Amino acid sequence: MNVTVCVKRVPDTETRVRIDGTGIETTGVKFIVSPYDEFAVEAALRTKEAAGDGAVSLLSLGDASTAESLRAGLAMGADSALLLTADVGLDGLATAKALANELQGSDDALILFGVKAADDDQQQVGPMVATLLNRPCVTGVASFEVQGDMAVCHREVEGGVEVIEVDLPAVLTITKGEYEPRYASLKGIMAAKRKPLEEKEATSVPERLRVDRLSEPPARAAGRIVGEGPDAVPELLRLLREEANAL
Amino acid sequence: MSDVLAFAEQRAGQIGSAAREAVSTAARLAGQLGGSAHVITLGGPGLFESAGALGEVGAASIAVGEHEALVEYNPEGYAQVIADHVRAGDFAAVILPATTVGKDVAPRVAAMLDVPLASDVTSIDVDDGVLSITKPVYSGKAFAHLSVDAVPAMVTIRPNIFPVEQHAAGGAVSTFTPDIDPSAWRIRVIERKAAADGALDVSEATTIVSGGRGMKDPENWGLLESLRDALGPGVALGASRAVVDAGWRPHGEQVGQTGKTVAPKLYFAVGISGAIQHLAGMRTSQTIVAINRDADAPIFGVADYGIVGDLFEILPRLAEEVAALKAAD
Ligand SMILES: Cc1cc2nc3c(=O)[nH]c(=O)nc-3n(C[C@H](O)[C@H](O)[C@H](O)COP(=O)(O)OP(=O)(O)OC[C@H]3O[C@@H](n4cnc5c(N)ncnc54)[C@H](O)[C@@H]3O)c2cc1C
Ligand SMILES: Nc1ncnc2c1ncn2[C@@H]1O[C@H](COP(=O)(O)O)[C@@H](O)[C@H]1O
Repeated sequence: MNVTVCVKRVPDTETRVRIDGTGIETTGVKFIVSPYDEFAVEAALRTKEAAGDGAVSLLSLGDASTAESLRAGLAMGADSALLLTADVGLDGLATAKALANELQGSDDALILFGVKAADDDQQQVGPMVATLLNRPCVTGVASFEVQGDMAVCHREVEGGVEVIEVDLPAVLTITKGEYEPRYASLKGIMAAKRKPLEEKEATSVPERLRVDRLSEPPARAAGRIVGEGPDAVPELLRLLREEANAL
Repeated sequence: MSDVLAFAEQRAGQIGSAAREAVSTAARLAGQLGGSAHVITLGGPGLFESAGALGEVGAASIAVGEHEALVEYNPEGYAQVIADHVRAGDFAAVILPATTVGKDVAPRVAAMLDVPLASDVTSIDVDDGVLSITKPVYSGKAFAHLSVDAVPAMVTIRPNIFPVEQHAAGGAVSTFTPDIDPSAWRIRVIERKAAADGALDVSEATTIVSGGRGMKDPENWGLLESLRDALGPGVALGASRAVVDAGWRPHGEQVGQTGKTVAPKLYFAVGISGAIQHLAGMRTSQTIVAINRDADAPIFGVADYGIVGDLFEILPRLAEEVAALKAAD
């Protein structure tokens, strides 16, 4: 069972964001594989292990430094990686087109995505790629199992869980669910150095959703400690009622 | 080309608040552009009965696609029907709610129409005839101001943020039978399991009572449930990742970077330190209350109101006094 995972390199979620025009200051910022994409890598590795054969390939669109993130995925256990070099913006459809161009020829049974990227939080590239490739897509998959020529997926929705059958080949976007990512072992890190990591220029796709500027989040009015201990409760309720109009 | 289309999702035949917010937002934008707002909603036979009310929140026309196969959401049918409907019209913008359904269907429709999509936006306006869109990025640590160089502009809007405005009733309702072939669908929903005890989902609640590691033990959740029950309907329980990872609470309740993004009117963070990844999911809540015994906990940095102290002493009193207040109303 061959699986491709699309992974994005993003600033660590702990990063203190310093705005620099339409982007952020990146000096001194640690970059990581977007957390949901790590879940997807984990899901891919487990799928391959359950099938007993096949390969896990990683695909990323990004600048040259993205190679480092792909190595991290190889160290987790993926077999090969391809970096499409490009400047990546916020237009998810442009990203999806560049990825789909590469995936057009793929006959992998599954293409996995994170449900959303930790930086732009667009939650769209996976289903867009699926639509461009004319493959079925299930989003927000918390766990799945391959059964013959389909995958049975569990998906969290408002107020419950859906069980969904999807015909293979398919695209899935993975949420946290059961896929706690494994740590790369020292052996894995050593092995990753010898695994194939190819690099080529992405087909260029113009961006039509543009960031004109970034701004600081609207400041919340300075919060107030109402008091200490249970005796502060009446005053809290008075404020919630009369000032915040929230009760 | 100054009309705006909203997609109004139904569940069990009912059109919820997130959909009404999308319709009202479409009406506001259409007004600014000098056009009118139109709605498409999809569901089973009889949906037109509840769809008419969308006129009161600003819809000039409401197209109701009724089909047995559209009673429950399936992306294969919904995406195609919405895309066909957009193509047949002439819209400056298409607005969908950023609900589970909206977030699932919008990217597919956008790819079919070959237009970009701005997801989970928190503000959208018309400046000099041009749409200006704002959405949080880097988990809310910055806001991106966007412009779209394509027509229609597609956006999903974060629930609970955009106001629902009342309009003089109106809105011509028309039903149609979507041209779909469910036998060709490659996705089949074989089961839907409701959450245990029919609990409300955090993403739909107007008030959320969230507990963190400070709760000490899953047995203590009864304290949060008492507060939830005292607050009345529309209240959901939420959780930090620490307690979800510990297996105390289901992942569906997790708020934050790797959980759900919520924007309720009122958010209680109880025994939650306020790590940046938790704030990512709740910082656009209207009013935030924090209860924590550590006066330096970062949660107090975003809370509108805080009480410093032992949650085990504060929660029972809070539940009791809220219940008394509600009883007096
Ligand atoms: C990639 C990534 C993604 C993440 N995603 C999420 C996410 O989606 N959501 C999320 O929540 N976290 C997320 N986290 C985890 C986050 O960093 C924190 O670890 C987590 O939010 C801490 O949970 P907590 O506040 O419940 O626990 P703690 O940080 O342990 O805080 C417990 C708090 O309870 C208080 N307390 C203890 N006892 C009492 C008492 N008796 N009375 C009153 N107060 C008391 C303490 O003062 C403390 O502030 C993520 C982390 C990473 C790295
Ligand atoms: N530049 C990229 N390279 C590879 N995969 C990406 C890229 N951007 C997004 N993705 C994938 O699409 C998912 C959703 O991203 P987004 O729609 O931007 O929130 C991510 O979790 C990745 O799996």
